[in-house]
Amino acid sequence: MPDTQERWGIPGTYVFDLALSRQGYAINKMCNSLKFDENREAFKADEEAYMERYGLSEEQKQAIRERDWLRLTQLGGNLFFFLKLGATLGYGLYTIGAQMRGESYEQFMSTRNVPGAT
Amino acid sequence: MGKIVAGIGSSHVPSIGRAYDQKKQADPAWQPLFDGYEPVKRWLAEEVKADVVILVYNDHGTEFFLDCYPTFALGVADSYAVADEGYGKRPLPDFPGDAAFSEHLANHLVADEFDLTLCQEMALDHGFLTAMPLLWDHDDTAWPVKVVPLLVNVIQHPLPTGQRCYKLGEAIRRAVEAYPEDTRVAVVGTGGLSHQLNGERFGHINEEWDKQWLQRIQDAPRELAALSHKEVMTAAGAEGGEVIMWFVMRGAMTERVEEVHRFYYAPMTTGIGLLALNNSD
Ligand SMILES: [Fe+2]
Repeated sequence: MPDTQERWGIPGTYVFDLALSRQGYAINKMCNSLKFDENREAFKADEEAYMERYGLSEEQKQAIRERDWLRLTQLGGNLFFFLKLGATLGYGLYTIGAQMRGESYEQFMSTRNVPGAT
Repeated sequence: MGKIVAGIGSSHVPSIGRAYDQKKQADPAWQPLFDGYEPVKRWLAEEVKADVVILVYNDHGTEFFLDCYPTFALGVADSYAVADEGYGKRPLPDFPGDAAFSEHLANHLVADEFDLTLCQEMALDHGFLTAMPLLWDHDDTAWPVKVVPLLVNVIQHPLPTGQRCYKLGEAIRRAVEAYPEDTRVAVVGTGGLSHQLNGERFGHINEEWDKQWLQRIQDAPRELAALSHKEVMTAAGAEGGEVIMWFVMRGAMTERVEEVHRFYYAPMTTGIGLLALNNSD
């Protein structure tokens, strides 16, 4: 994670600034390509080749292999783009969010005012 | 002459669009929300009767990519498509633009030193779409108003400051009032209120801060606009930083405003705020 995150100093928060955006550019560019169905199929058919094609670093590839959304965020992934990866792999927003909080989906839902409003 | 006839602040959340499309108006989890928008929809239809809506929004990785990201971008087209955000296109009609009015705005705002990116095509995602059917009735093919989309970068820092957004709103008012046609213009600022979609603090909301926001944006908007992004995001969450788009709306209104309606609901991960304002000067 770039040092610039320290200037924000907001606990549990990764501010998507230009430094983080540059670090995560390959992730976000790859994820953005997954808005097209044929690319989603290509990704699912061979994840390693697809990640290689977009030039992800080994750390970034590993975060994706492990479906580790928090790590992916720390490495510059932006949720609005990696939601397309989530959709390709069957991970929705609240599943991703619960994992980033270190909670189960059910635990996370129990913290909400009206969990029916999804 | 052009005239600003309403200012609306409204959150934008994908789940609201899904609930609308799935006709969950009577679902207990969603009914408060739809009921909350109803008086504003009625006011807009019966009293405001706007011809054009300038709607301030942000894209969420749908139409704009980081390869080339505008700070402010204005639609200058005669129609705008509903975007597919990856779950299929929402069953809403595409939007009619007003290219002549957009062109006037572009000329006036750039001359007023706001150097906007101008877009001949813009597919609109939930940032734009969420509020529209809650505020204006539509049928299968048509909307009762024309639209001008105005995009603000709230995704990748550096974001424009709150004060810059406020000044853009003031410049929009000058531009509208210089428009020679008799045109009734509503300005809608979208986004917020508190929410956070990244990190260990995912799901952070701050209901107290949101409720104060709905009051202070009326009484003390310049104080709010002077807050730093860090101050706003610390209180309202990283994605809560997008509330700066409300300042474009507020800056376009008169110094003093009259509240027509206010609504707040925080069911899941976003403090959903709605505010309808009238000019009082
Ligand atoms: Fe947004």
